[in-house]
Amino acid sequence: MDGMDTAIAILVGTIRAGTPLVFAALGELIAEKSGVLNLGVEGMMLVGAVAGFIATVLTGNPYFGILAAIAAGILLSLVFGTLTQVLLTNQVATGLALTIFGIGMSAFIGLDFVGTPIEGLKPIPIPFLADIPIVGPLLFNHDALIYFSIVMFALVSWFLFHSRGGLILRAVGESHHAAHAIGYSVVKIRFLAVMFGGAMAGLAGAYLSLVYTPQWAENMTAGRGWIALALVVFATWRPGRVLIGAYLFGGITILSLHVQAVGYDVSSHLVATLPYLATVIVLAMISRDATKIRLNAPASLGKPFHPGA
Amino acid sequence: MLLRLEPRQTSSKWMQYATPLIAAALTVITGVILFTALGRDPFLALYTFFVRPLTSVYGIGEWAIKATPLLLCAVGLSVGFRGNVWNIGAEGQLTMGAICGGGVALAFWGNEGIWLLPLMLIAGAAGGLAWGAIPAILKNRFNANEILTSLMLTYVAIQFLGYLVHGPWRDPDGFNFPETRLFNDYGLMPVLVEGTRLHAGVILAVIVTIIVWIFMSRTFQGFKVQVAGQAPAAAAYAGYSQKGVVLLSFLVSGALAGLAGISEVSGTIGQLQPVVSPGYGFAAIIVAFLGRLHPFGIVLASLLMSLMYLGGESLQINLNLPLAVTGVFQGLLLFFVLGSEVLVRYRIKLTATPKEA
Repeated sequence: MDGMDTAIAILVGTIRAGTPLVFAALGELIAEKSGVLNLGVEGMMLVGAVAGFIATVLTGNPYFGILAAIAAGILLSLVFGTLTQVLLTNQVATGLALTIFGIGMSAFIGLDFVGTPIEGLKPIPIPFLADIPIVGPLLFNHDALIYFSIVMFALVSWFLFHSRGGLILRAVGESHHAAHAIGYSVVKIRFLAVMFGGAMAGLAGAYLSLVYTPQWAENMTAGRGWIALALVVFATWRPGRVLIGAYLFGGITILSLHVQAVGYDVSSHLVATLPYLATVIVLAMISRDATKIRLNAPASLGKPFHPGA
Repeated sequence: MLLRLEPRQTSSKWMQYATPLIAAALTVITGVILFTALGRDPFLALYTFFVRPLTSVYGIGEWAIKATPLLLCAVGLSVGFRGNVWNIGAEGQLTMGAICGGGVALAFWGNEGIWLLPLMLIAGAAGGLAWGAIPAILKNRFNANEILTSLMLTYVAIQFLGYLVHGPWRDPDGFNFPETRLFNDYGLMPVLVEGTRLHAGVILAVIVTIIVWIFMSRTFQGFKVQVAGQAPAAAAYAGYSQKGVVLLSFLVSGALAGLAGISEVSGTIGQLQPVVSPGYGFAAIIVAFLGRLHPFGIVLASLLMSLMYLGGESLQINLNLPLAVTGVFQGLLLFFVLGSEVLVRYRIKLTATPKEA
């Protein structure tokens, strides 16, 4: 049974490592489907992580922390929305600015909270189901955010492809001029999509600082926001593949930790490069088919929209 | 009353010069608000941030030292940004330059000569160039997004440096500190002014800036890059190779970032450590935009950004404010630079009633 326990531990770890990526990538997926490329995911995650952590310390309740993280993510996304949608700034540069600002801002406001211990989010076993051997601990003994990430996945999948709102969102992302001509407010719809992305990135950050490693450390996202951006491309803008991709990356992270735990004498620094190298390799493999990317990417992605132009 | 944006026929020349100043002014104003909110005397804080670091010869030397890697990285990045090629991995290429150049210093440890420093500089530039070539090749060969790959490779390079200084390259007599041996004198940049740390890397950076300016404004290759960025369709029609522009942009920016890395290591640090840069490669992105992607604008912008690093340290020492203030200011500055850019391309009009465009 020892091997089985290890396997379950690895799989549960995989889900936990993948969950922040699920949140962040689903949020970015919606934003990109509306035609907005927000490279500020990393910054929004960090601000969400620090806001969630501070709120949890102050109130003692991690659920308030989650709300604070969502609010912080939205707040930062509003800055991005205003700059790119109202002042028509370059989306790539503005996203980078958001990340640089988020790194600085989160380090600044989190300074007094480095090393503060908190009680993270506790698992909520689902009655009866959690007691089933193997399947129980694997699927039915998680914290609220993991369950919520699955709910969000279902919601996003349904919204994008089975609702009127999703159709409008995709139309705006494919051709903002056509959508504008029919009478949809391109800017308003994009603003909402960007805000959703911000909320989800905030949640992703909260997962890191409240559950995954319940503490605050400067730059604790360690590039996960960028991996989430890459995931959206890997997934060719489809929610199902986003989910699979997120867990695959979670798996790589956990496996590389286990390699060391088992006693192989590998430098922790070299092991830490694996998720990044994997991202580069998979990105190259998926993008190789240029036509596939072009057909799946929203046609107006990253292009500014000015109704008068 | 409603604000409305009206596109200009041609971009405003006047605004092109005014917007960086507007952005800097807005950053200062935000700084006043921020310091007041923190309960500090805003004018003392601003003085400590912007003026106090420059009140000594040593301080002015530090100003130029910190501007050097920023200038080298930003001038390189501006080439790509003009061609719409997004290398945001300068920090990684800088790190690789430090590793390769520093590796040369360590490899010849004990039998150095006057040739050592030039060799280190070449190795540093080559290291950055090679690391920058990877995203370019992945982009050209596999269509992989260069923003993501260049950034991922930055994390790889930083971890690799960590591996080297914790492992095979650790100083054998260094009491297990994660550092390499100190470079020999032949491996150090000569100091220019007595009593400061100002080193010859500054001269290198200025020469490189002039070369890049000539390249971008006076050569056919530079022209191709500009056309590819401003009018991709025209570039394709003229038969300019988009792939060539991508490769060239990455090779130039990678090599210059690598040069920044080895210049920093041989000029100010003198050995390899787990961290060789406080984010110069990322700050250089801001510098490039603040300088409006023009080599001479970038010189001024790198001096301003360098002052922001010094100012952050000065606030920490004198007013006990956290160093992270620098990061906040950097982000704000870039927001304002990008936001005020709208004034170049659009007029802001007041209209009495909302009007359908």
